[in-house]
Amino acid sequence: MYDLIIIGGGPAGLAAANSAWENGLRKILIVERDREPGGILNQCIHNGFGLHRFKEELTGPEYAGRFISMVGNTGVEIMTDTMVLEINKEHEVHVISAAEGYRVLKAKSIVLAMGCRERTRGAIAIPGDRPAGVFTAGSAQRYLNMEGYMVGKRVIILGSGDIGLIMARRMTLEGARVLACVEVMPYSGGLMRNIVQCLQDWNIPLYLSHTITDIRAENGRVSHVTVMRVDESRNPVPGTEMEFDCDTVLLSVGLIPENELTRSAGIEMDPRTNGAVVYENMETSAPGIFACGNVVHVHDLVDYVSAESERAGAAAAKYVLDNPCDDPFISVRAGSDIGYTVPMKIRVNRVDKAADVFFRVRRVFRSSVIEVSANGETLFTFKRDHMAPGEMEHILLPRKVLDAAAGKDITVSAREAE
Amino acid sequence: MIYDIAVIGCGVIGAAAAFELSRYRVSLLILEKENDIAMGATRANSAIIHAGYDPKPGTLMAELNVKGNAMAEQLCKDLSVPFSRVGSLVLAFSESEMDTVRELYRRGTENGVPGIRILTADEVFAMEPEVSREVKGALYAPTAGIINPWDYAIAFAETAVVNGAEVKRNAKVTGIDRLGDRYLLHTSAGDFEARYVINAAGTGSEAIHNMVSEKSFTMMPNRGEYYLLDKCEGSRANHVLFQCPNQDGKGVLISPTVGGNLIVGPNAVGTNEPDRPKNTASGMAFVREKAAKTMPSLTYRNSIRNFSGIRANTDQDEFQIGIAAENFIDLAGIKSPGLSSAPAIALKAVELLKECGFTAEVRSDAVTTRKKIRFRALDEDGRRAVIRENPLYGRIICRCETVTEGEIVDAIHSPVPPCSVDGIKRRAGTGMGRCQGGFCGPRVVEILRRELGIGALDILQDGEGSFILKSETKTEVDG
Repeated sequence: MYDLIIIGGGPAGLAAANSAWENGLRKILIVERDREPGGILNQCIHNGFGLHRFKEELTGPEYAGRFISMVGNTGVEIMTDTMVLEINKEHEVHVISAAEGYRVLKAKSIVLAMGCRERTRGAIAIPGDRPAGVFTAGSAQRYLNMEGYMVGKRVIILGSGDIGLIMARRMTLEGARVLACVEVMPYSGGLMRNIVQCLQDWNIPLYLSHTITDIRAENGRVSHVTVMRVDESRNPVPGTEMEFDCDTVLLSVGLIPENELTRSAGIEMDPRTNGAVVYENMETSAPGIFACGNVVHVHDLVDYVSAESERAGAAAAKYVLDNPCDDPFISVRAGSDIGYTVPMKIRVNRVDKAADVFFRVRRVFRSSVIEVSANGETLFTFKRDHMAPGEMEHILLPRKVLDAAAGKDITVSAREAE
Repeated sequence: MIYDIAVIGCGVIGAAAAFELSRYRVSLLILEKENDIAMGATRANSAIIHAGYDPKPGTLMAELNVKGNAMAEQLCKDLSVPFSRVGSLVLAFSESEMDTVRELYRRGTENGVPGIRILTADEVFAMEPEVSREVKGALYAPTAGIINPWDYAIAFAETAVVNGAEVKRNAKVTGIDRLGDRYLLHTSAGDFEARYVINAAGTGSEAIHNMVSEKSFTMMPNRGEYYLLDKCEGSRANHVLFQCPNQDGKGVLISPTVGGNLIVGPNAVGTNEPDRPKNTASGMAFVREKAAKTMPSLTYRNSIRNFSGIRANTDQDEFQIGIAAENFIDLAGIKSPGLSSAPAIALKAVELLKECGFTAEVRSDAVTTRKKIRFRALDEDGRRAVIRENPLYGRIICRCETVTEGEIVDAIHSPVPPCSVDGIKRRAGTGMGRCQGGFCGPRVVEILRRELGIGALDILQDGEGSFILKSETKTEVDG
């Protein structure tokens, strides 16, 4: 019987493991499907990781390496090349591997840290032929940085998510011609620093409010792409066609938390995040099962994944060492122009000084106010100079504000500053 | 070498014919123009084994559909092909459509379709809670089924090969000469001679027919587009849900698939590019609009793929099956319900060959079964057992569809070995799931390289020319 089984050995799983160890758990297992821990960071060889966590700029593998060595100094067991097939509310974890076969492992607690996957061409119904040469940005990144192959020479990128932006620069550095980055929304989905460093610095045009309306093939591979401007309802505007002669389309059109195990265990899900509904300590609706990182909601910065996962690991330790918690909770509601919040529920008694609340806004704001209210009454406000859907926001809700809600649900909303 | 029989085309029709003929003591050649088998109409369709109430009574389509449907269950069991007799409903949304339903019931009865009956709206709602409340009633056909269509063809072809048949791929037939008592087939892979020829060339079957005979029908290829939704949507429909057929065909259906997904489509648009199954904005919009009539709650938020298929339609309201020339059999213009009819069409082909004077002894040692390990379909004990036998069944490569390295290696070394990532997909199911090969693609490439001893740059996504990778990174260092 393990104290804790962590599913996924990426940044979330590693941070949760380290934190659970520091908080007193000793029988901890990380199950990782890949051949080594580190997760998707291993293919993110660019820098920019760790500015918050380590106050320095690291590459993805370096950032992962820090946590791998921290965990290496503990007694945490890591099982690689091992897949979890099933979990349940009784904390049984069915795993298989070539080395050990099929096993059912038991634990007092579980942390879900499976990360996310990329949306594909099928999710966005791009018309046209179906040739080779259409990749998600992440798979192209894997081929390039892990396997050592270029997927193409003349590239169009659809979507301005961060992986697509990073790949625009990476492919350019490798000698490819990135002809355009095309974004259907009127604003970018990625971080401003990536727009500047990965597109503008390389003279790669960004077409906002545009989309790909046709992919054509010659001899089994992408040969041409048609790009059109879209109106407010995202319908292509006739007469705005641009033709690109290219061999590759990279898709960076969003990430989806990978929650098939979570769903099959019957854990309550949030349709807005596509992740589990979590409490302030990252516990899910199933007692003793916690979730953290991109499997809960998609983060922009791994630094925040680490912080969130450390909270989850500490909470799992508390769950195992103290006793399960059924204190009353209040719900956190996404108010006007707020896409979602994490957590969705707060057990006020369990909050020490303040509760971390993460959220995304639905549109671009300049000078703005984030308002926390209960029963129509404003409890607290936070000021921001700039907010955008591509950038996750974070507030620390002081315990006294939560107490002021007096057991009523709280609502987080955004508005322009007066 | 002179073959006894050459089959042109290795879609489900050619493969089923080859499978049936491989029970006899004959030398058998299968010619396929693509780099893999099951690449035409067989790879992209609604994946339905129709019950057989749709074709006009008295037609070959009616006879062979009902017969093929009855054969499917045992064949799929023997050949380890995913098949499920889920039954179908033809939904009526008005009193006049109820007339159509009654007409289909009469046809079905005359065609000998077992078990059909007309349902009231309430019976429909009890069976299909998510269908539109506008439904007035339906025709229920319990024998309709869902199948993995390309695996049906691959299973037939693999078993034929186990029995000694040869498959030549990248062998497009470009001309046919009569040489005494045999045919000389010119192909892009060289010339071949055979005493009997079967034309199962799908959308190419008119061109093949015209090489040996007077033109007697005109190919009118027709494209149909689809959505495939994630498994989390798979239980929205319990049966194949048709709307009433119209002049464009059987209309837009919603159905569970044997893989556990939900399939929605198709539209029907004539095309003069039979080798170009593309998707169009208008086609996909048409499918969404029509499907909403059956199931207003349906959304495409969990769509994982669009695809389209080309139907081998002709100007004739009938399969073009017959003796086209001396010792030359047409299995041509096989449109819907071609997949459903395939094994019955194969029996018909043998009958026609016998009319031409074909005599061969039935082999007592012919193989008629195929074993295939599908890790996902095994229970816990079964999984433990196969991993003990081969540890590669313990390594999951495709996480969405739970496909193991062992299954991929099995596919690579199967009787008609695939040469592309999509060839592995069709045999092992990798990349069929929600990430569409984003995660497993690079690992499948790696396994193909290892098992075939070829370079990564030579690996194809699918058909000829569809190279995945362009070059190695920074291989040359100057100075």
